[in-house]
Order: sequence, then structure tokens, then C-alpha cells
Amino acid sequence: MVTLRLNGRNVNVDAPPDTPLLWVLRDHLGLTGTKFGCGAALCGACTVHMDGAATRSCVTALAAASGHKIVTIEGLAGPVGQAVQAAWDRNQVPQCGYCQSGQVMAAAALLGQHPNPSDADIDQAMQGNLCRCGTYPRIRAAIHDAAKQLGAPK
Amino acid sequence: MNASVNCSRRRFLQVSALLGGGLLVGCKMGNQEAGKSVAINGWVRVGPDGAIRIICPRNEMGQDVHTALAMLVAEELAVDPRRVSISQAPVDPAYYGNQLLGGAQITGGSTSTRDAWVPLREAGATARIMLVNAAATQWKVPASVCRAENGYVLHGARKLSYGELASAAAQQPAPKIVRLKPADQFSVIGKPLPRLDGADKARGLSIFGIDVAQPGMLYAALSACPVLGGKVVAFDAGAASSRPGVRKVVNIGEGVAVVADHYWTARSALADLRIEWDEGPAAKLDTAAIYAALEGARQSPHFAIVKNVGDASAVLPRAKTIEAAYRMQMLAHGTLEPQNCLARVGADGAVDVWASTQYPQGAQAAAARAAGVQAGQVRIHPQFIGGGFGRRLDVDFVPQAVLIAKALPGTPVKLIWSREEDTTHDFYRPPSLHLLRAALDGGNVVYLTHTMISPSITQRMFPGMVKDGIDDFMIEGVKNLTYAIPNLLMRTIIQDVGIRVGYWRSVSNANNAWAIESFLDELAHAANKDPLALRLSMLDQLPRQQAVLERVARDSGYTATPAKGRAFGVASMECYGTYVAVAAALSGGGSQVRLDRLCIAADCGIAVHPDQVVAQLEGGVVSGLINALRSKVTVKDGRVEQTNFHDFRIPRINEVPPITVAHIASTETPGGLGEVGVPLVAPAIGNAVFKLTGKRIRALPLEDGGISFV
Repeated sequence: MVTLRLNGRNVNVDAPPDTPLLWVLRDHLGLTGTKFGCGAALCGACTVHMDGAATRSCVTALAAASGHKIVTIEGLAGPVGQAVQAAWDRNQVPQCGYCQSGQVMAAAALLGQHPNPSDADIDQAMQGNLCRCGTYPRIRAAIHDAAKQLGAPK
Repeated sequence: MNASVNCSRRRFLQVSALLGGGLLVGCKMGNQEAGKSVAINGWVRVGPDGAIRIICPRNEMGQDVHTALAMLVAEELAVDPRRVSISQAPVDPAYYGNQLLGGAQITGGSTSTRDAWVPLREAGATARIMLVNAAATQWKVPASVCRAENGYVLHGARKLSYGELASAAAQQPAPKIVRLKPADQFSVIGKPLPRLDGADKARGLSIFGIDVAQPGMLYAALSACPVLGGKVVAFDAGAASSRPGVRKVVNIGEGVAVVADHYWTARSALADLRIEWDEGPAAKLDTAAIYAALEGARQSPHFAIVKNVGDASAVLPRAKTIEAAYRMQMLAHGTLEPQNCLARVGADGAVDVWASTQYPQGAQAAAARAAGVQAGQVRIHPQFIGGGFGRRLDVDFVPQAVLIAKALPGTPVKLIWSREEDTTHDFYRPPSLHLLRAALDGGNVVYLTHTMISPSITQRMFPGMVKDGIDDFMIEGVKNLTYAIPNLLMRTIIQDVGIRVGYWRSVSNANNAWAIESFLDELAHAANKDPLALRLSMLDQLPRQQAVLERVARDSGYTATPAKGRAFGVASMECYGTYVAVAAALSGGGSQVRLDRLCIAADCGIAVHPDQVVAQLEGGVVSGLINALRSKVTVKDGRVEQTNFHDFRIPRINEVPPITVAHIASTETPGGLGEVGVPLVAPAIGNAVFKLTGKRIRALPLEDGGISFV
């Protein structure tokens, strides 16, 4: 039994400790907002926060996640998370939507660290998150929009 | 996929009471078998509680059908589209068939809005008329003095909600005549509206096929033969079976599946199987052999003539002729949601399938074959699709899941492919070879001949549709050539190359526009003309296409004489009933090219949901970059060499330049949108690369032509 600090609660999981966090979330805990895309940290669909940092859950073993503060899309809260999702709504970002949990989590982690990211910061932080539908222009616009709403100095 | 279908279809309006007293309205579309009775079904439901549910006949894969088609119904039903809910239609092609795709229940070919444009508005109007008639009957006033507004029927100070009227409305006779609102009275169509699925998708709440859960569900991972078409000879299930949590090892012929309590258990156990394969006829296939097969067909007598206009013999003797050959690479679809399917096969033969599919009717047939039951015993539950792009027109993952689930009767089993399985077991965008020859006389293009040599997707999927050597989906981009060229000879040659091919967003429009729009650029330079001016001069009869070209020229800052180190390229076409143009602005020099901006303009007629018109064009351009820049699929020893997103590279946010989208307003009936952004990106960039570097690249991806995009 491994204990996870997940979305503000302690959760006990009965899974082999080398199980990727992604599959623990999806199969054992029924949290399907975090998506499987590549299994190799190449697409970002599985992005969660580990101690506030964007982390690919598909290559993070359950044992490695234990003891850290894990937040998934289902638990994203607070002013930054809300600002990102509101900006996603205003900019009508999603198309198929499959990558968007990961995009939102990556964007929230970015804004948590850089309240007013430049385009280069966005390139750096978001290039690990593929969007096969091509919503990149709107993702970029939404991140700038969220930063503005959070009151970052211009 | 732009099957030209006579739109004068007959429609039959049907109305019926729902169990529980709601109102259900549908336009039952007649086709050749119109006389047959069809199960009563519909597009509009009004519950007694006033809840309005619109049943969407097309599958949502990002292209916005759930919102755009709901807007069509809501416009005539006089309801706020933000207050309706959407259900995905079950399999019932008599009802939900796509008349632009031969009546099959398919989502593809940029047809959804075009197909739904009249019948879904009629469905909304019919329901509204019956609700109004029910209120008029209750109030004992003529219907003509009542009006419908925002979910209510009103007369003077009296009003009744649709929910209060639903049961009575269901008893009303269906109206014989339904008049649709003229465009200048639209209050929903063409107006801003958030996507109905957008907020959930930003919060991880939407359920895709891969997310569906059923009580008692098990998980399956599959190891399919690494060579497409190969089979299992032998394997050792022992070690895998003895792993804790493994429930079953199932041989499905093309591969072996492990079923377990959890996906990771199943996936990990695959390593123990030690499968011996019969790799089949493709065991030695490689990329060189694929292109050699295309080259070998150059002189094939089995060509089909798509278009033959004028008489070249009159002009050829005095004209300057130019020849070139172009090539297109193979591509995987790379949908971000890997292929997956949840199936349950009951001991009584009832089959349930939950899947992300663009072709629920095909999924039903394939599931029935795999289970050995009648199609009527199979219920397909279509889910949100995590990227389609044509991959989910194929339903290969459905019979796989059914075969696995059949080994555990009554137990729902969810099969999930790895990304590696997904990349190496796709139906690939066909490779193609294009032979072009043209004649210039007095600086004008007086003759063009084009032969496209490619495997046929349709011959594999819908063989009955290939007639006289013509695959309608292989001649896209050719049959719709709009330039005024007096003498034309367009041919296709179907040539199998030993690898399975599939429809990939914009299908052959991409292949043929790459060749033709690049070659036109060559002709312009040979004639010493500006490529933009040459195109405009051949479009005198098509002001809509001229307008989109002029728009991208303006938006990109196009000039025929750019400063040193800068260049522009353009391309344009008619695609799925929409006129579209793309301009690429590049800078740099030598082999290092910078993509500064891409501009797209489209005239798609009336835009039902304008913001999503823009979104589809933006996304289409990014898909076009997959085709243009560096992505490709290659084959060695019968195996697709690319396995994941490190070697099947699709554009990342830092690789996509600013994209300017212009939607040119029009009052024409809607054209297609989902795919039209794709085809012109490669030729526009290739043409700009030539202008910038003097290097004419005739094979995609462009980076294989000796340049790199920085």
C-alpha cells in the first residue's frame, strides 16, 4: 500500500510501486482527466503537478510520487488554476480536447513560476505538450490572457 | 472526401411520442430505399421538464459538430443553444446517414455542416411548429397569433414552456410545409457562442473512448505483429499468465492480448509472451520498394482519365513545354488518444462497444462479424474522439476488442494500444508520385497534364465505390481544379505498394495540391510571371477564389520583389466547396529557413459558428505543417520505423509561426471546413523556399530536400 498526497487528500493505493502514476490515477483512482498519449514523456497529455512543477505522470513511478504533493486537473484550484481555465474559456482553446488537461496543467505551472511569461517562456514551458489539433495560437493567447487577468505588471 | 451527391433528396418528417411523454422529432431522410419503414428516432427531444436534448448525428472530434449542428436546430426551434444538451446518435443510418457520403453513418470529408444544413434546421422548425400548434389548441386560438421564443410559446400575456407542451405537441400532426428562416433573420447561426463542449474539455471532464468505465471492467494490452499483415504462429503464455493480476492471454490472430485487472499489469506482461510470427507478404517491404512500385507504374496502361478538356495537339507544337515529377511522403495520423475500445460480449450474444469512432456503422458491422452475431445485436456507444483526422474511419481496434472480450463472456474489457502500436499499426496517408507536363504560349498556361500514381484507400475500405479505375477520393484536388487552362488531361493510376493506406485529413487534396500548386509556381517562373498574378489571371470566372488569394497576399505583405533574405509563396484552390488560399512568409538563406508567418483566407459560404471556422482553419494550417516540414513514415524490413513522437515528429508550439486567419463573409450555402486548411500549406511554403533559396523541392517533407526550418 502506497500513500499519495493527491489533490489535498491522503489516498492509499494498492498498486506495485513501479506503476506509473498515470495509470494509478486513471485505473486505480478513476481520475481520467489525466490522459495517456505516449507513455514516454514526449507529448505532455499526462501532465500533473508534483510540488507545483509540471510533471509527466506517465514516466513517474508511484513510489517516486509518494511523499510529494500531487495535483491533477481534477484538483486544480486557486487563483492561477482558475485564471488559466477562465482564459481557456474566453479564448475558446479546446478542439478535440484530449491534450487540454495537460496543456492547462502545464500553463498553470508556468504561471505559478512566471506570472508574466514572454513568448520565449511559453515556448520553453509548453513545447513538451503536443496538440495534434493545432490549438497552439490560442494556447499562447490564453496564457497571456491569464497572466493579464492575474494582474501581472505589464 | 467530397462525393458529389445530388442534394435533391427527399425527406420524410416523422413525429412520435417518446415513452414518458416527450416530443421526439426527426427528419427521416429518404434515399433509394425510402419506402422501407425505419425505426422512429429523432434529433430533438423535449422532456416534460423542459430539458431540450439535441441528438447529434456526427461524431465530435474537435471539429465542433456538437455545437455547430446544435446551432442549426436551435435556430429554428427558438431556444438558446447554451441551454440544450447534446446526445450522440446511435447507429441508425436510415436516420443519421450522411447523404454526402453515400448515406453511410460516417463523420468525414468536411461534410457534417453541409449535410446537416437543411435537415437539421427542418428538424428544429418541425418541433417548433408542433409546440406552437399544441399551445394554440390549448388556448383555442389560431396558431398564427402565437409565437415561439426562447423555449416558450407566447400569446398575449399567456405563455407555456416547451416542457409543459411536450406531451400535447407529440399528438399534433406533423406540419406538411416547413419554411426555414431567411439568413437575415438568423439569431443563432453566425453569432458568437462558446463551444458547448469547451468548458468541460478545459477541466478534464469530457469522457473520451479511453476514459469509459463499466462495472467489473478489465484491461487489455496488445502485441500485434510488427509487420502489418503478419500473424501469430506460437507464443508462451505461461510467464505472463502467472503474473499477479493477469486474467487471460488471448490470441486474436494478428496479435496476442493480455487481459488483467489493471492496464499497467497487462501492458507489462506483454514482455513475457515471446511470440513467434509469420510476418506475411510484407516482411521484406521497405520505403525504396514502395516508391519503386509507384515509379514502375509510370507507363501503366491501367490509367483512368479524370478530366480531358481541349486538344493539346493543337498547341503543343508551338509551345514551350515543361515537365516535373513530384512526390508525397507517407504519414501516420498520430491522434493523441491512442486507439482503444471497450467491449462486452454477453453470453446471450448481445455486444456493447464503447469507442472513439468516426464510423459507428462500420464499427457495428465489424463488431458483429468478430462476435459472430447479427449487427442488430451490437450496440455502439460512440464517445468523444481524442483526435480523428481520418484514423477513426478505420475500426480495426473494434473487432480486436470484441475478440478479446469474447474470451471473457459478460466481462467488459478495455483494449488500449501503446503509442508504439499506434504509430506502427496505422493506415498511412498514401505515398504518391505525380507526373506533370505543361505548355506555355505567350506566357500563358495553355496545357496541363497531371498523372497521379498512388495506392487507393477506397479500394481497401469501400471497394464497390471504385469504378473504372477511379477512386473519387484519390482525385480530390484534381477534379476540383479551378484554373482556366484551355487544355487539360488529368489521369490517375491506382498502384498498390504493399502497405495499408488510410484517409488522412484532406485526403488527396493534399497530395494533388502539393504537386499542382508547386508546379504552377514553376510555370510562373518559367513564364517570367509573378506566381500570384498568374493564378489571379486564371481565375477571372471565380471572384471568390480571387478574393481569398488577394486577402492572403495583403495579410502576408506579399510582394513579387521582396527584399533580400525574404520571400513569399502562395497557393489556392477550391476544397470541399470552400475557396481557400495560403501565403507563406519566409526569411533566411542558404539551407536555413525561418517561417515568419502563415496566412490563410477562406470563403466557406455562411459560417454557422464563426469562431470555430477560424479555429478549424488555424488547426488545419498546423496539420498542413505536419505534411510540409519534417514528418514522415518510412518502412524497413516490413516494419514502420517511427514509433513515438520523438521520431514521428509533429509540430510543437515553438515550431508553429504566427498564423493569420481571414474568413471572408459570404451568403452562399456552407462549404466544408474541417480539412480545407491543410492542403495548401506545403506548396505555399515550398514555393516561398524556391523564391528564397532557388531550390525547387519536389518531394515532401521539405526538410528532406536539403533545407532546415529554424
